[in-house]
Amino acid sequence: MAGQKVYSAKRKRFINNSIVHVILAVLAAIWVFPIIWVVLTSFRAEKGSYVSTFFPQSYTLDNYIRLFTDTTILNFPKMFTNTLFIAVCSCIISTFYVLAVSYCLSRMKFKLRKPYMNMAMVLGLFPGFMSMVAVYFILKALGLTEGNLIRLALILCYSGGAGLSFQIAKGFFDTIPTAIDEAALLDGCTRWQIFTKVTLPLSKPIIVYTVLTSFMAPWLDFIFAKVICRANSDQYTIAIGLWKMLEKEYIDSWYTCFAAGAVLISIPIAALFLFMQRYYVDGMSGAVKG
Amino acid sequence: MRKTRKRVNNFPTPYTCTAAIKQGGMETKLSMILMGFGNIVHGQKIKGLIYLAVEVAYVVFMAIYGVGFIHMLGSLGSVPQKEIWDEATQVYLYTKGDQSILILLYGVATLMLTVLMVCLWRGALRSAYKAECLHKEGRHVNSFVEDLRTLLHENLYRVLMTLPTSFIFIFTVLPLVFMICMAFTNYSKIGNHLMLFDWVGLENFKALFDSSSILGSTFWSVLGWTLIWAFFATFSNYIFGMILSLLINRKGTRAKGFWRFCFVLTCAVPMFVSLLIMRTMLQPNGAVNVLLRNIGLIAQDASLPFFTDPTWARVTVIVINVWVGVPYTLLQLTGVLQNIPGELYEAAKVDGANAFQTFTKITLPYMLYVTTPYLIATFTGNVNNFNVIYLLSGGDPITDLASTAGKTDLLVTWLYKLTIDKQYYNVGAVIGILTFIILAIGALITYRNSKSYKEEGGF
Repeated sequence: MAGQKVYSAKRKRFINNSIVHVILAVLAAIWVFPIIWVVLTSFRAEKGSYVSTFFPQSYTLDNYIRLFTDTTILNFPKMFTNTLFIAVCSCIISTFYVLAVSYCLSRMKFKLRKPYMNMAMVLGLFPGFMSMVAVYFILKALGLTEGNLIRLALILCYSGGAGLSFQIAKGFFDTIPTAIDEAALLDGCTRWQIFTKVTLPLSKPIIVYTVLTSFMAPWLDFIFAKVICRANSDQYTIAIGLWKMLEKEYIDSWYTCFAAGAVLISIPIAALFLFMQRYYVDGMSGAVKG
Repeated sequence: MRKTRKRVNNFPTPYTCTAAIKQGGMETKLSMILMGFGNIVHGQKIKGLIYLAVEVAYVVFMAIYGVGFIHMLGSLGSVPQKEIWDEATQVYLYTKGDQSILILLYGVATLMLTVLMVCLWRGALRSAYKAECLHKEGRHVNSFVEDLRTLLHENLYRVLMTLPTSFIFIFTVLPLVFMICMAFTNYSKIGNHLMLFDWVGLENFKALFDSSSILGSTFWSVLGWTLIWAFFATFSNYIFGMILSLLINRKGTRAKGFWRFCFVLTCAVPMFVSLLIMRTMLQPNGAVNVLLRNIGLIAQDASLPFFTDPTWARVTVIVINVWVGVPYTLLQLTGVLQNIPGELYEAAKVDGANAFQTFTKITLPYMLYVTTPYLIATFTGNVNNFNVIYLLSGGDPITDLASTAGKTDLLVTWLYKLTIDKQYYNVGAVIGILTFIILAIGALITYRNSKSYKEEGGF
């Protein structure tokens, strides 16, 4: 009797486990399916946007080769270097801004501290690109919307609001015990020395996190780049380029190349993301562990 | 008992502007007109000279340009561009007319500069008064080098915050003020007001709230859909992400890391890429329809109307948003779920609760309690969720050809269409302001009552 009960409980658990695993497998398939599809499409030999079979008939590397060699209409290598340049510059500026602002808000007392934080909160409630048109006019008035200066304009756009996204880094600095600062103050350090010699070396996870997020922003942003570049196709970033490939006039000849480009962009971003995830978790849990 | 809130000044200082005006000496009062004069008298020569230089620069700027800019702000320009036939070269020449948009921009910028100048003026006055007081009391007055040295120590925040803040003012605050101004003008393609426009007061707001006009009815329907979308998008992601996280983290599940990797992989792919992929897959001849035809679920020439039927399109964007958003939710909620005290579950088990009961009675209430700020942030994010709608459906399908918005357009995508495609800048600005008001009312109240806001700053 008792043996039978144990047996049935075991069986029940087995059935439950099986059901859960089946559900997870189905869900995972749904989630991974589009990714597999785009990878397959990037190797598809048949041209054209829509085909009548789900799996490609034959495979080729031409799509990747064309992406880098056919630079007449959509210059992918140029877009890549544009984006890289913008990403590196805006990454340096924004990282400095974010760290500086978060350090001040976390460690120093000054009159405008609370007003600044309230201002950041209020500004965060406006639709992000409501001011986009206005930013475009300002950049135009400064003469930054022609030629190579567009890159500078985009760098300014991406790093301009960096001072507002201090929450995560500030939360991290808050967890560093103030006793360390006080000890350094007693030893005669200035605040600047504390910042550079004590706080920053303790903050590697959050620095890595900030660097990577600000580096990734220009690769992922689409709206700002589109509004500021307008018709200057030699200044396009990757995101607009890929979007353009799906426009009506290009989609038939560029569709498989779009898939190839998407795969190429996703690999480094995915790698950075998976790498960053660890630091993100660390950054959330604080600097000095007990 | 009613709590009386009183502003407490945490940074008391005897050197205020009012004190300077009331009790300051001759030289301090003179520095109200000649900034930095008091500093120069009391030995802070370089500091005083810098103040003076800034004042001179401001006055020169105002005399040459500034006064003109502010003066023009009232009328926003009136000289239209003209075509003149040039006999000598046989071409039409265009005279330079007024450009209202530039007049507005320069005017707003000049006003902001003036506000900055007033702050600086107060700073200069205080500084002069402080120097005077210290001098009188026979205490040490900081030299310029000493002042510079404080910038690395107690005034470090000035060095570190100046650049980021000025960037924020130039690229966020100034555009916003500028845009808010536009809401009160007739700057729009309607009536050919792209070059010259005027102040019209609250006309645009009236037009938008008038539900008998086409613009007004569109506004209400878009607003309704925006709220429905934000609600469903937020909670579908939340519940689904939580269930998924529970499934993966439950005791019996094998290969937890593998399952998590499968889902996280999709949020590692850039969002716009996965959205564009989804859009192409769901086209009438896209991969999903092809697959369904091959399996034989639908007829060979049939296709499911993912983005062509209004109801289908609305459901589709919400479902795809689940696909895009759940991995993020999974990442964020896993940690919180693991923090739920295990004793609660053990007690429930002893009492004979089943899995569904433990979920609704323990997990959900606990999660709702802990993650309220997160939910508010997600809701706000979804109201402003431009990417998902614009890249997926583009706001389509448009059923009413007279209106400027499609059936899946949110306020933000409608704003984008109105400003970038249609060039109805004024209406776009009004929508932006209204979106802000809707969000602000909800969010500010909740943020202010949240634990994290109240307990902030106790360092």
